[in-house]
Amino acid sequence: MIPRGARPGGEPAEEERTQVMSDPILELRGVSKSFGAVQALYQVDFHVAPGEVMSLVGDNGAGKSTLIKCIAGIHPFDEGEVVFEGQPVNIHGPKDSARLGIEVVYQDLALADNLDVVQNMYLGREEMDGLRRLDETAMEARAKETLKGLSVTTIRSVRQLVAGLSGGQRQSVAVAKAVMWNSKVVILDEPTAALGVAQTKQVLDLVARLGEQGLAVILISHNLHDIFQVADGITVLRLGQNVAEFRRKETNQQEVVEAITAGQLSKVPGQQEAMA
Amino acid sequence: MSAVAAPPAPDPSHPKDTIGAYARRWWTDVRSGELGSLPIVVGLVIIAIVFQSQNDRFLTAGNFVNLLLQTAPYAVIAMGVTFALLLGEIDLSIGFVSGVGGVLTAILLTPDGNELPTFVVFVVVLGAGLAIGTFHGLIITKVGVPSFVVTLAGLLAWNGVVLLLIGSRGTVILQNDFVIGIANDFLAPGVAWILAALCVALYVGVQLNAVRMRRRANLEIDPTAIIVLRVVALAVALAIVVAVANEDRGLPYAALVVGGLFIVLSYMLNRTKFGRHVYAVGGNAEAARRAGINVDNVRIACFALCSLLAVIGGIILASRLRSVDTNTGGGQALLYPIAAAVIGGTSLFGGRGTMKAALLGALVMLSIDNGLGLLGLSSGTKFVLTGAVLLLAVTVDSISRRGRAQSGRA
Repeated sequence: MIPRGARPGGEPAEEERTQVMSDPILELRGVSKSFGAVQALYQVDFHVAPGEVMSLVGDNGAGKSTLIKCIAGIHPFDEGEVVFEGQPVNIHGPKDSARLGIEVVYQDLALADNLDVVQNMYLGREEMDGLRRLDETAMEARAKETLKGLSVTTIRSVRQLVAGLSGGQRQSVAVAKAVMWNSKVVILDEPTAALGVAQTKQVLDLVARLGEQGLAVILISHNLHDIFQVADGITVLRLGQNVAEFRRKETNQQEVVEAITAGQLSKVPGQQEAMA
Repeated sequence: MSAVAAPPAPDPSHPKDTIGAYARRWWTDVRSGELGSLPIVVGLVIIAIVFQSQNDRFLTAGNFVNLLLQTAPYAVIAMGVTFALLLGEIDLSIGFVSGVGGVLTAILLTPDGNELPTFVVFVVVLGAGLAIGTFHGLIITKVGVPSFVVTLAGLLAWNGVVLLLIGSRGTVILQNDFVIGIANDFLAPGVAWILAALCVALYVGVQLNAVRMRRRANLEIDPTAIIVLRVVALAVALAIVVAVANEDRGLPYAALVVGGLFIVLSYMLNRTKFGRHVYAVGGNAEAARRAGINVDNVRIACFALCSLLAVIGGIILASRLRSVDTNTGGGQALLYPIAAAVIGGTSLFGGRGTMKAALLGALVMLSIDNGLGLLGLSSGTKFVLTGAVLLLAVTVDSISRRGRAQSGRA
């Protein structure tokens, strides 16, 4: 067990630890990133384990997007170590992270409106039959199976154009597309940002199911209410630094809000134990 | 996953389709703006009624064969420009690129002592088409100049090339029997019937195979009556075309070229990775890029196809006119194909459009052109009326798009 930063409010229950904090599948150790003079990330530690929904919160400009873009390989980290399944890895581009099994569902979803659900889920990875034709039946069958496995029941037909889907349905398609490829870590960027109440619930249920199926989920959200419904762990970023990490069951919204707005920036790695 | 072992019972969430349900769904689609080929078919019927009432030669076998011959070159060019339109781009150079194709063919085949074998000429001319389109595509993607500007420059430059190739001759007479035969020779009646039967058999085979595959994968299947209806519709349409054409001179080889290209290109768009990627780039280029699709290559290939088909259309046009001159590729050769694709239902904003749309749209454009010609109207009146029809078609598209937006189908 890697010692984590002490959390105000006492030791986590031993049972809780063993349940959710198995060995992390993805771990960042002291990663930093700057854009010119702007220090976007400074010595950030972060980890997520299989079956865990780890949410990443912070105010605007806290570095959440930079962190996930670096994990996804869009930007390289300036320093620090990335450990995947216990092995140090180098992520130089989106292909590297995809190969490791890291999938990102971006806020704008990246779906083509003029294609149907199956075509979107297989975009860029179409299955071919023996004659190099698109194998529509195989793709349709597996897309249906994936949606069924995630208990997505709101989509009437997988041959519907994405243009005709609601926001929650689109989010479900985008998530299903991400988990279809034996992915191990799924990063969701503000999945409920533009959704109504019922659709938000749909998506949060889906997020919870991803965790139950043993995937590591990184959930970025501004909405603490949503986070407290599904997250196992909460990592708080403030001005590019990891200022606190909570287990959801032992904290409350007020504590998290305090960390987001006034978390101690001096709490850099290495000093945390001393301070506690 | 455990779902694999599920018993092959029909999925309860998808009750077996009945014709009634199918028809209701189709009507819902139409009302929400998913018009398909409906406006085109209605338009063709109206055109036939109007022109027949004005001049009873419009619906004769002889005029039908003329119509096929007139439509063929523009249909081919329209299928090409559909690839550019599917990307949300445009190719304004197709007219004069087709002109270059026609002129090059005529000149290289002129028996002046150093003419080339017909086969070699075809390779050279089609290669030139591919090269022109690839060149356009490279400038559009790698340099980042908008396609409108690149192909507008192409419109001027390839017009210049046509003039340079023709030189001081003014007119070049086509003197190669094979090329002239494309639009001036006709299939024997029996051969036309056999080809039509083969087409229907091919279609039946494709449909049956799809049903077999879907049944094996336990997916819902279209109702049998709908499949039968589709096959019968195709068979009747082909039978009418062949029967009427055989009444007169027969089915022209040009129609065969159009049909063959239609099958090949439709297959490419619907059944290959490339086709899927064309739609994806046209629908959401950023999504396509993130999905690992090489967007630039798809774009270049589309412009190359566009020019290649323009050149083929140019050869058919030259064959029909039996000569090329300094006006080759001007006027209608640019605007009719784009208008045809748009009338057929291809969106100028990309992502929506089919080969069928190009084909039917070309038929509408040329029916109007043909009918107005029979009425003996001046070119001025012809252009005004053709423009009005184009505007009407795009208006229908815009209104149906609003319907789609309201029903959330954008």
